[in-house]
Amino acid sequence: MTILIDSNTKIVVQGLTGSEGSKHGQLMLASGARVVAGTNPKKAGQSLAFTWAGGHAAVPVRATVAEAMEKDGANVSVIFVPAKFTKGAVIEAIDAGIPLIVVITEGVPVHDTAEFYTYAKAKGTSRILGPNCPGIQSPGESNAGIIPSGITGPGPIGLVSKSGTLTYQMMYELREIGISTAVGIGGDPIIGTTHVEALEAFEADPETKVIVMIGEIGGDAEERAAAYIKEHVTKPVVAYVAGFTAPKGKTMGHAGAIVSGSAGTAQAKKKALEAVGVKVGSTPSQTAELAKELISELGL
Amino acid sequence: MDLYEYQARDLFESYGVSVMRAQTATTPAEARQVAEELGWPAVIKAQVKTGGRGKAGGVKLARTADEAEDLAGQILGMDIKGHTVHKVMVTEGADIAQEYYFSILVDRSERRYLAMCSRSGGMDIETLAVEHPDQLARVGINPLVGIDDAKAAEITAAAGFDEADRPGLEAIFKKLWEVFRDEDATLVEVNPLIRAGDGSMIALDGKITLDDNAAFRHPGHEALADTTAVDPLEQQAREKGLNYVKLDGNVGVIGNGAGLMMSTLDVVAYAGEDLPGRPRPANFLDIGGGASAEVMADGLSLILSDPDVKSVFVNVYGGITSCEQVAKGIVQALELLGDRANKPLVLRLDGNNAAGGRQVLRKARERLAGVVVIATTMDGGALKAAKLAAGVATVDELRDAPEGKN
Repeated sequence: MTILIDSNTKIVVQGLTGSEGSKHGQLMLASGARVVAGTNPKKAGQSLAFTWAGGHAAVPVRATVAEAMEKDGANVSVIFVPAKFTKGAVIEAIDAGIPLIVVITEGVPVHDTAEFYTYAKAKGTSRILGPNCPGIQSPGESNAGIIPSGITGPGPIGLVSKSGTLTYQMMYELREIGISTAVGIGGDPIIGTTHVEALEAFEADPETKVIVMIGEIGGDAEERAAAYIKEHVTKPVVAYVAGFTAPKGKTMGHAGAIVSGSAGTAQAKKKALEAVGVKVGSTPSQTAELAKELISELGL
Repeated sequence: MDLYEYQARDLFESYGVSVMRAQTATTPAEARQVAEELGWPAVIKAQVKTGGRGKAGGVKLARTADEAEDLAGQILGMDIKGHTVHKVMVTEGADIAQEYYFSILVDRSERRYLAMCSRSGGMDIETLAVEHPDQLARVGINPLVGIDDAKAAEITAAAGFDEADRPGLEAIFKKLWEVFRDEDATLVEVNPLIRAGDGSMIALDGKITLDDNAAFRHPGHEALADTTAVDPLEQQAREKGLNYVKLDGNVGVIGNGAGLMMSTLDVVAYAGEDLPGRPRPANFLDIGGGASAEVMADGLSLILSDPDVKSVFVNVYGGITSCEQVAKGIVQALELLGDRANKPLVLRLDGNNAAGGRQVLRKARERLAGVVVIATTMDGGALKAAKLAAGVATVDELRDAPEGKN
């Protein structure tokens, strides 16, 4: 088992006919994910041909997410549309009631995210992952987003991270052990799924034995995760926090990664996590070593 | 993007929020003239994007034209927490009966907006929040509803305002909400928000932060951008579309993706801890998840032109980015720079098409000799770059030096 996605995941790509959407649609298909439809009201009724080493597929283009759910059984939407159209795309997916919406698009105005998150929460039928996230991958099961396939295979580690490339780096460091699911939650100020919600899902997943959590400076998501771990997580957790040497007041790429005042520093996050028994590595490779030690202690 | 006080004042005014009459000046003579037009007393306020102006002597009251000119002369050119004052705002003096605090911001934890309000305005809000948390009302705002009549009333009640003050305050809160919503702000702060002697409510000082991601629907925001206060290398990076931040060390760093880049800064700083001169990162430079050869070349040129940089560490995990593209970019940049590429370079490429990347580098081996060290791990590469910056090793010595696994 895995979290949020599995072998029954059927993906509709909003923006499949665009350059990013078609490129990653092809990569998802090639990695074995079931991409069952794309949406574009102007091209509805057509189909897009994809080929990759060892396979090919004709993916139908539907007018709406609702149509893709009805005709193709889609249950996860992956969004690649440009930032200025993202809010509209997410609202459409929420209105269709699709259970999981993965928003890959970066540069979405924070007011737009605040609005679609609030809307989804009120409706209560869709979970949002992102925006500005790499998506979610369960090796051998499904791959909804842009996390490259083949870095590592299935295994006992659940991985959650704000950052894309740091997720890939950590998967690479853990390649000998493998992962159940890697979730990239995104680094924007407001995100649909937080560390806490990912921890909750990993705690409930029997295949996940050890959780690796990657945080970064800014906000208090890691401190909240620490409080949640103390009360609700029985599985061992290893963490890494990026940005120990980042100066105050400078935005480090992610809109969320800015240190102001004393709150949000890597040091404060490390302290909060260690206080609840989480082992915190000081580099990605050291963190991977800690995870490997836990795995061998568990006799896996 | 943070706005200057005078820009915030102008935006407030355009939304019907009461502000003091004011004008900016860049010379003492100009300040004198503006003050004479506004009348006495006049307040001369340094325009810098940092707090603590008053304590630093950046806000002064002038009662005569000579005084206005003299004070403006003192304030212009002043350094306030590393910010040089290039402009002052001259305003008419206010008749302050009471000072309050009000702000609207994005609440990341609750994933909505937050209004904060206090009857004790004027002081630094961080200090107020720590020393008198009971005096700071916090009211959550639903992003789909905003501050309507009911919410405005909830805020004034939570902050414990007198009945007499409420209607005026509630009207101003609703207008400030419009500023926040319609300008795509992530922060609108008025401190102090004053009640004048005649009972009117005036925004005396304000801060606004605008969301750069929303620039596409605000063509007017571009004109608010300040190019004078930016580090020249940061300005150059912005023109090239690079995500660059200048830091104070001597190891130039390039990475792909913000998280990996931040992590690389840490790893370089750790590697330098025990070396002579403690080499540290000279910059943050994220070439992005899908960086091309051209972006790599731009980034490398920028970093090599930084006189503080003694060595460069390129740390790329190719996810979407192909390492072959990155390697081509590096070779292309070195060709472009010619003799200017005289600083040692440590390259660590892994992930998508790493083999292709190494192939490109091997082909260019002749040209790269004496300049480039190939690293096979992130920690190992950081250590090599730190050693090169500290001057305790040479490129030839490190070229084939072993590293740990991974």
